[in-house]
Amino acid sequence: MSAASQDVATRNSIFARAIIYVVLILFAIYYLLPLYVMVVNSLKPLDEIRQGNMLALPQQWTIAPWLSAWSTAQIGVQPVGLKPYFINSMLMVVPAVAISTMLGALNGYVLTKWRFKGDSIVFGMMLLACFIPFQIVLIPSARILGLTGLAGTITGLVLIHAIYGLGFTTLFFRNYYEAFPTELIRAAQIDGASFFQIFRRILLPSSGPIIVVTVIWQFTNIWNDFLFGSSFSGFNSIPLTVALNNLVNSSTGVKEYNVHFAGAILAALPTLIVYIVSGRYFVRGLMAGAVKG
Amino acid sequence: MADITTTAPRAVTNPRATLQDLLPKLVLAPSFAVILIFVYGFIIFTAFLSFSGSKLLPDFSTWVGFGNYVRLFNHPNWITALKNLAIFSVLYIVVCSFIGLALAIFLDQKIRGEGFLRPIYLYPMALSFIVTGVAWKWFLDPGIGLEHVMQSWGWESFSFRWIKEGQMAIYTIVIAAVWQSSGFVMAMFLAGLRGVDNEIIKAAQIDGASTLTIYRRIIIPLMRPVFLSAFVVLAHLAIKSYDLVVAMTDGGPGTATWTPALFMQKFTFGRNEMGMGAASAIIMMMMIFTIIVPYLYSELGGKKK
Repeated sequence: MSAASQDVATRNSIFARAIIYVVLILFAIYYLLPLYVMVVNSLKPLDEIRQGNMLALPQQWTIAPWLSAWSTAQIGVQPVGLKPYFINSMLMVVPAVAISTMLGALNGYVLTKWRFKGDSIVFGMMLLACFIPFQIVLIPSARILGLTGLAGTITGLVLIHAIYGLGFTTLFFRNYYEAFPTELIRAAQIDGASFFQIFRRILLPSSGPIIVVTVIWQFTNIWNDFLFGSSFSGFNSIPLTVALNNLVNSSTGVKEYNVHFAGAILAALPTLIVYIVSGRYFVRGLMAGAVKG
Repeated sequence: MADITTTAPRAVTNPRATLQDLLPKLVLAPSFAVILIFVYGFIIFTAFLSFSGSKLLPDFSTWVGFGNYVRLFNHPNWITALKNLAIFSVLYIVVCSFIGLALAIFLDQKIRGEGFLRPIYLYPMALSFIVTGVAWKWFLDPGIGLEHVMQSWGWESFSFRWIKEGQMAIYTIVIAAVWQSSGFVMAMFLAGLRGVDNEIIKAAQIDGASTLTIYRRIIIPLMRPVFLSAFVVLAHLAIKSYDLVVAMTDGGPGTATWTPALFMQKFTFGRNEMGMGAASAIIMMMMIFTIIVPYLYSELGGKKK
């Protein structure tokens, strides 16, 4: 329990400890400030933001900006609010996460328990695919979506997200299954269990944590994506991040800051909730994505 | 590791056994094929485009050799984008690493409320860059944000208009990006600190080393792998930076905050210069691969033994 470096700590003076606490709290304020600004100003009438102080609490509380952001704000040419785009994002995220996670699990299973000649090259190529700048695939992807008639559809976005998520999902499952005892698989195989039976009965039941990590990682990344959404969506498939950007950066009309803030929180809410509910798994995913091995 | 397919009984003519042998590869094949086409095939496609005279649509009938690359590196907007990338990535990596390491060391001092503070430092990582961009765009806006707040508190002469100034706007993007990622770097360093061997530190303490010396001479040098991971992750995020810039400044004022990713997007889809857009994407990929490939190679190579 007592971490190594913490032993150094016990010898700090009271003064040093006070400074440490002050710095830590100042940083907590720095990280919370933008969230505070968004929340507080999303509950103010517009005049109060223009004339008043951004850091002050509302004098006159109102949820009108939230209602407007959700269902009546002008986005592009339509005064429909963010609601339809929120639904688009959901329709895009759920299948994309499901497909890429399922395939990632199977890939990880094959790459660790059914090794073959050249498997590390296959894995290396899938791993490298995680890091390409997506700009490099934008033009041909647009072509393919156009040729297959999927341009501007949610199905097209699902496909793109599922494909470009495969590298990471495979990486997660491979690293997890690597530590799973191969003897168990051999024993099952000798008992006559088939490829899929072994996966379903032996690996899957103990894959809970890595499935959670992978789903959270994929959900966060795809929900927050802007590049693919802005490049490949059509009139009826615009995801929430793109709609939010349209709302905030449209050059026409009055800038309704309070509506912008409410919209930004709406867009952040699903991933924030995931983070609050399962922060531990969220962090584990981040670390796994950063530190290979 | 012995491979299972060869140890499995090879019933010579039993078709079921052959199928079982092939099954793992059949399961992996679609994913691998998709990666081959959609990643590596597409990279080749884009590479070809970058040597073509494509404008609005891919056009493989006219070839311009390195013409697009020559035009690219003679284009003032690309030079701006490269300069911005240099400023952005250096500051982003240095400041994030510094804040991340400092917070990790401080949090590691048996702090009461660590479990409360840590999630606060890390939550920005769950937000989309667009949300981060909206929050900081308005917070740094002279009309309603920080400047306005300071003036309304009585500091009349306070001025902070970086986001509107061509020379300074890129730094506001650094501020927002550091806000978003530094907590994550903290988490990486904290995990590293907690993995340091107790014995080494005990020995140093017995030798009478001060806390500062222990950190400076022993613990921080031991963090080298974490520095490397943090560097790789941050550098690759920096090169890809796109959403945040779009949300905060959309490249403005003027072209002051263009980044390579923004350049690619604007030239390919906005100005119908697909050849140059492809060339810029190739350069971006080469930058990322110079950082990532050696890293992955050493990580994977080290594992195999």
